[in-house]
Amino acid sequence: MVVNSIFNESGILITIALIMVPVLVGALLAYSKAIQVLKELNTKHKIKEFQKRIESLSEEEINELKQRQEELEFRLADNELSGKHLPKDKRGLINKIEQIEELRFIDRKKKSIPRPSVDPRLAKLILWFLGTATFWLLFGTTVGEYLGIKFVVPDADHYSWLSFGRLRPVHTNAVFWGWSSLAMLGLAYYVVPRVSNVPIFSVKQGYWTLFLVNITVITGSLFLMTGINNGGGEYREYIWPVMLLFGIAIIITLNNFLKTIARRKTKEIYVSNWYIVAALMFVVVIAIVAYWPTWQIGLGETIVQGYYMHQGVGMWFMLFTLGLMYYYLPQQLNKPIYSYSLGILAFWAQIIFYTLIGTHHFIFSAIPWWLQTVAIVGSAGMVIPVIAGTTNFLMTFKGSWHKVSNSYTLPFYLIGIIFYFTGSLQGTAEAFRYTNLLWHFTDFTVAHSHLTMYGIIAFMLWAFIYTIVPRLTGKEPPQSTVGAHFWLALIGLMFYTVPLMIGASIRGLMWMDAKPFIDSVSMMAPYWLWRAIGGSLMWLSHILFAYNFYKMVFQKEEIKIPDSPQEILRLREQLEKQQTT
Amino acid sequence: MEFFNNHRKLFTTALFMFVALTIIVALKPAINNQENNSPLPNAEPLNKVEMAGKKVYISEGCVACHTQQVRNVEMDEVWGKRPGIAADYANIRRTDFWRNTATLMGTERTGPDLTNVGNRQPSLAWNLLHLYQPRAVVKESIMPAYPWLFEIKDSVGVEDVEVIVPEEYRKTDKGKVVATQKVLDLVAYLQSLKQTPLTNESDNPEFLYKKKKEPEFLKEKVGSLDGKALYASNCQSCHQANGEGLKGAFPPLKGSSIVLGDDLELLVSIIMLGYDARPEYAVMNAVGKDNGLTPEEITAIINHEKTSWGNDAQTVSTEEVKKIVEFIELTSGK
Repeated sequence: MVVNSIFNESGILITIALIMVPVLVGALLAYSKAIQVLKELNTKHKIKEFQKRIESLSEEEINELKQRQEELEFRLADNELSGKHLPKDKRGLINKIEQIEELRFIDRKKKSIPRPSVDPRLAKLILWFLGTATFWLLFGTTVGEYLGIKFVVPDADHYSWLSFGRLRPVHTNAVFWGWSSLAMLGLAYYVVPRVSNVPIFSVKQGYWTLFLVNITVITGSLFLMTGINNGGGEYREYIWPVMLLFGIAIIITLNNFLKTIARRKTKEIYVSNWYIVAALMFVVVIAIVAYWPTWQIGLGETIVQGYYMHQGVGMWFMLFTLGLMYYYLPQQLNKPIYSYSLGILAFWAQIIFYTLIGTHHFIFSAIPWWLQTVAIVGSAGMVIPVIAGTTNFLMTFKGSWHKVSNSYTLPFYLIGIIFYFTGSLQGTAEAFRYTNLLWHFTDFTVAHSHLTMYGIIAFMLWAFIYTIVPRLTGKEPPQSTVGAHFWLALIGLMFYTVPLMIGASIRGLMWMDAKPFIDSVSMMAPYWLWRAIGGSLMWLSHILFAYNFYKMVFQKEEIKIPDSPQEILRLREQLEKQQTT
Repeated sequence: MEFFNNHRKLFTTALFMFVALTIIVALKPAINNQENNSPLPNAEPLNKVEMAGKKVYISEGCVACHTQQVRNVEMDEVWGKRPGIAADYANIRRTDFWRNTATLMGTERTGPDLTNVGNRQPSLAWNLLHLYQPRAVVKESIMPAYPWLFEIKDSVGVEDVEVIVPEEYRKTDKGKVVATQKVLDLVAYLQSLKQTPLTNESDNPEFLYKKKKEPEFLKEKVGSLDGKALYASNCQSCHQANGEGLKGAFPPLKGSSIVLGDDLELLVSIIMLGYDARPEYAVMNAVGKDNGLTPEEITAIINHEKTSWGNDAQTVSTEEVKKIVEFIELTSGK
């Protein structure tokens, strides 16, 4: 292949176009933010000038001003019509008076709206899920960050437990089963009973799931670091006895959700519950197929591996998170989802096409050619659910775009949705035979999995967490650190993925040209450095996220002297009660 | 629709669809594959030591960066003589009840493919040093070092295999670096990784996406082969990019009497068949034969060696080399 000709390949052009989308949206968001900040600075400056002028006013000028003030302040007594009686708001129509006293550097975003109260026992369970998820995010990405550094400094340490081969699966599994899965489950414990309009069947069973999933990740990580793994299939590195705990945890929650849905007070089953229950059922099937300990000889293992790794991603993480999106997005925008039927179409299309695409990780390998072709066709079919989903979410946004700039949660939603479009279609483009030739086995795959598992799943989960936790605890995170979290994560992700994709493309071309392999290693060095830099920004953003989470849960409430009539009266009542008893 | 409002019907239907598709795209093809493929008749199963080595390979997670699959595309031809087929993997069963089958096909080539590494790099000394500290032999390598597979001993026993490590890569100056059984097993496994040839070579599946063939008149030019790149792919990991080799392991080519001398037959035969005449250095394997180098490629390598790093000797022609190669192939009983 001639170097210039890669730009004639449709798969490559599609990918480039797709990557431009989040870059442009990010730039647009940054631009409007910058304009806003500039304006505020300008105003501040004018005020300073004005203050200087005031200080130098002469006596005469002051007198003149005073006189004019008196004239201007002349008022009617305002009681010409109402008489001398004091006004009263007998029906309590005037509420929540806010005053603006000073210039703000950071735009004040909308506070979350108080919702009907959640059973405090359930709220506590959800917070446990999200709290442990946050821990695994920090743990998993700290490991990931260290792995990224090892590409640049391979001799950073010489401990067997921390060597690259053992640590890599620790990173991937911790963010999959620890962070993403726990966060998803916790968020679903809010959605499922809420849209069924009944309390959750059992809070206690929820704790079992929480406990078992955490045990899975702890023991799994320890096993991997001591060198005990399942034999090399990606994301299938935990041995089956460990993964069995995860399976049991999922079955418990599946049962819990099904019993809740069975007792629902609504006639319909809201589409969120379709996605969530389906994801729980499917992941059990996937785990049984992949982990059943008596089969998979030779290439059988490879075929199952292709199926497992992609169903894990698409039928567990993606399907589940989409289900959450169908609840939280309309909720946060305070309007119904644009089209319920598009959601249903996407649901069935996802099942039909996604199930087929597993083996596209082994194109040109020794697995049957027809199976590879089915996988490529299935990957192309994924355009249907992805476009249906994206359209649905964006059309729900339509008419509410102004809300994005004064909300601290909506930017997370927006970026999640955009990456859903970009990342998923990029996957389709990667499955074509030519693009596979160029990118397979390179770091392009790593970039792609971060665009999706991070750009889509993590951003969406953050959106949901920032939406729901203030409602559960009544405490808001500091807006400045939420903003910093968002920007560091987004910019970090772009620094991580874009150089990696460029370097990987060059590497693929070098391999096609039969250049010495080691030359393709030294060529990657600067791109690996960029990856480590981007990774560091992402990692930093997670620390901020953990801080925000802490603030949302544990922040001490300001001691407030009551000033509303209700509060004063209630306190007085309490006081009287205490005195009488 | 009533159907959508009945959770039993709805969820059962979704589950049924998913399971049915799972059977079609995963269960059936996988079972079909494991029942209808048997290993090639001339394939050698792993012996006990090699199997132990494979377990080290698995537990260290080597598969994170090394693939073991030759795809049927031309760019993969450097990793094996023919594309991999299902039979190549048919002999691989579950590691044990607790751990799954390890075909180790992998999905990342951060490092090179290892399907045929037993032919490409069979040297024990090179492999041990490379595992102790990859950068001692390949400066640009980013592979992790595995010092925990080695022991430091005061004296080397009769059975012990010592690894000579260049001064700058030693962790302590005391003691001798000795290979443990684990790393010897691992190297035995790596040395066992050789592509089994098909009994009838014309059955080899074709490599796809071939480069456009160069027009004949261009082929005439001998200089069109890049001796430096060929040297990098075939010789550099031992003799190093600067031609100085590694003290105590791999001899220098810079100023070497064999490289600079007139005995072309000796030089070609060393490249083709390997060399073990000097006890102070490690055994050299049959690089030319193992890697299937053509007379044109050997000529390019020889001329690169004769004219680089201050070497300044008469270059040779393809014809001369071709004759010697043909003679060697005749006498070495191929």
